[in-house]
Amino acid sequence: MMHADPNCVLTGTHFMNGDAACCEGAIAAGARFAAGYPITPSTEVVERFAARVPKIGGIFIQMEDELAASITLQGMVWAGAKSFTVTSGPGYSLMMEHIGFAAMTETPCVFVNVQRGGPSTGLPTLPAQGDMMQARFGSHGDYSTISLVPNSPQECFSLTVKAFNLAEKFRVPVMFMMDECVGHMTEKVVIPDAKEIEVTPRRHASKPPSEFLLFEPGEELVPEMAHAGEGYKVYVTGLTHDKRGYPLMNPASQKELIPRLFEKISRAADELTIVESEGLEDADVVVVSYGITSRVAQRAIEMARAKGLKVGKLRLICVWPFPEKLIRELAPKVKALVMPELNMGQVVIELERCAGGQCKVISVPHPGGTVHKPADILAAIERGAQ
Amino acid sequence: MSTTADLHIHNPVEDVLRKERIPTIWCPGCGIGTTVNSFAAALLGQDIDLKKTAIVSGIGCSGRVSGYMALDSFHTTHGRAIPFATGLKLANPELNVIVYSGDGDLTSIGGNHLIHAARRNMDIMVVCVNNMIYAMTGGQAAATTPGNSITTTSPFGSFEPEICLPQLVDAAGAVFVARWTAYHVKQLERTMAKALKKKGFRFIEVLTPCPTLYQRRNNMGDGLAAMVDYKNRSKIRNGAPTYEVALEPGGEIVVGEFVDREREDYLTRMRRQLGTNYSELPPQPEEEEQEGCCSSC
Repeated sequence: MMHADPNCVLTGTHFMNGDAACCEGAIAAGARFAAGYPITPSTEVVERFAARVPKIGGIFIQMEDELAASITLQGMVWAGAKSFTVTSGPGYSLMMEHIGFAAMTETPCVFVNVQRGGPSTGLPTLPAQGDMMQARFGSHGDYSTISLVPNSPQECFSLTVKAFNLAEKFRVPVMFMMDECVGHMTEKVVIPDAKEIEVTPRRHASKPPSEFLLFEPGEELVPEMAHAGEGYKVYVTGLTHDKRGYPLMNPASQKELIPRLFEKISRAADELTIVESEGLEDADVVVVSYGITSRVAQRAIEMARAKGLKVGKLRLICVWPFPEKLIRELAPKVKALVMPELNMGQVVIELERCAGGQCKVISVPHPGGTVHKPADILAAIERGAQ
Repeated sequence: MSTTADLHIHNPVEDVLRKERIPTIWCPGCGIGTTVNSFAAALLGQDIDLKKTAIVSGIGCSGRVSGYMALDSFHTTHGRAIPFATGLKLANPELNVIVYSGDGDLTSIGGNHLIHAARRNMDIMVVCVNNMIYAMTGGQAAATTPGNSITTTSPFGSFEPEICLPQLVDAAGAVFVARWTAYHVKQLERTMAKALKKKGFRFIEVLTPCPTLYQRRNNMGDGLAAMVDYKNRSKIRNGAPTYEVALEPGGEIVVGEFVDREREDYLTRMRRQLGTNYSELPPQPEEEEQEGCCSSC
């Protein structure tokens, strides 16, 4: 395990917004390169990055569109860098093809989406959580990936570091699903000493070029990586490929590759069950939420407890992969799971599937533009407790 | 007694090819392989570190070129070879980065990236194999298809004029712009060799026959007929203004090196403007400055 570079980390206590904290997290994680395209409410991340990185050997390039940005960053990764891009809904839609390319070519990278109201141009300056299913299933074809959701500027820092670390560990594109509120909210952010920030290095080729196969599953089913310019003559393609990386388009090759892309994630289900929970032991109702909505849910939970209801809190920090086992164990022990989301009901579909009819699952949808009223979540809790 | 199996004829360019990937997917009479031959010869004839040379393609018949070269090969998404190549170059400026792809890929779906890479004067070399058709998908009209051509999506003849690529990239700011045909193999090799040594955004268009999907439907004969046509119609005009090199159906094919000028490339300009605000390498943390310890351990 490596640690962050002390010359690049702004150790100390800061008052900064989530977008700025995300930028600092990326730098702490070792990202010195990024490609982007301006879009509200995400742009502050790369504005800060563009000012920060030249002095530490990095480059930010503003590309001509999100299609370009989302593949330029992957060129940077295959040249040996850690890289990412930052966008919001419309740009995220344009990036979908290259999220699939990153999944297929096992390119470790981070896509930050500061979510705003949609569909289409929607509400550029107002919050939503409407891209959660897109984060999981947005690109064509079948792949598995990881989505982290922060609920504070502090987490915009610490979870961005984690996003980069998970990207390197599993060699996947990690979705960092912020929202306008978290991105523009200014709070205390404590950036620890560089020695306390763990940074996952690249799984670099341990064999010489003559013995190395670029897509041979290694430890934890994840292949090692060689970069351009190192003499490995890498062959990287978005086509279904064999262990050398050569195109091999037949059912057997597909069957060897695609299930592995799932399994490298699914076998780490316990490690990727990243939640914050409280009062689950004797709860009649558990409010399951993520991102900014979890902070409104907290208020509703306190109101319900004041009324004498037994309410637990489950905040999903890693939404994808979904904490299936946890929900399967929890569902038979409670009367209801309540899920508020700033969308018309997306992750609740997965919650309901995992609850498997063992308890009520109550969706509290919201079309976005602002956050829920605590009273709306409270009403759902009361309904669940009956 | 020798048998044919004992006879090993060394192809002069095979050292830079992934021999195990050959035969290629290309049709008889196709011109893509001809351009690759010139490219391979140009690469080998130069003092270029092949270990530091990466080739990037998009999607299509010409998009397969990267996968036949024994270099760092990247077969990316449709139209996006140039931005991927841009990322490679920025994160490792030591790399020689070549984009090798087709006309539909680079100029239609990828047209915006072509313009902006030329504008930035990104230090990459782009070879655009122009067979005037979407061949991989079965012969649909492209931005480069000559007006009035019969294609699967223009069964009554296309209604659109073709784009003039040299003029486009010249206007956008490329420092080197050339055009040859698959007939001009030696000229192409020399131009490629020259472009490989130049800094900045370099663009070479190569007209190639597609007997299967373009010529057949337009009664233009086979690959050989295309060579005769190129020979008869081509006129070498080095330095020709790019506004005079548009292709007309049946008209003169102006070939040669049209643009060769100097302009600061992206990274050079970036470093100059940033001045002391840019540090090539991040300061090394003190704890790693131990004797016998490298930065990567």
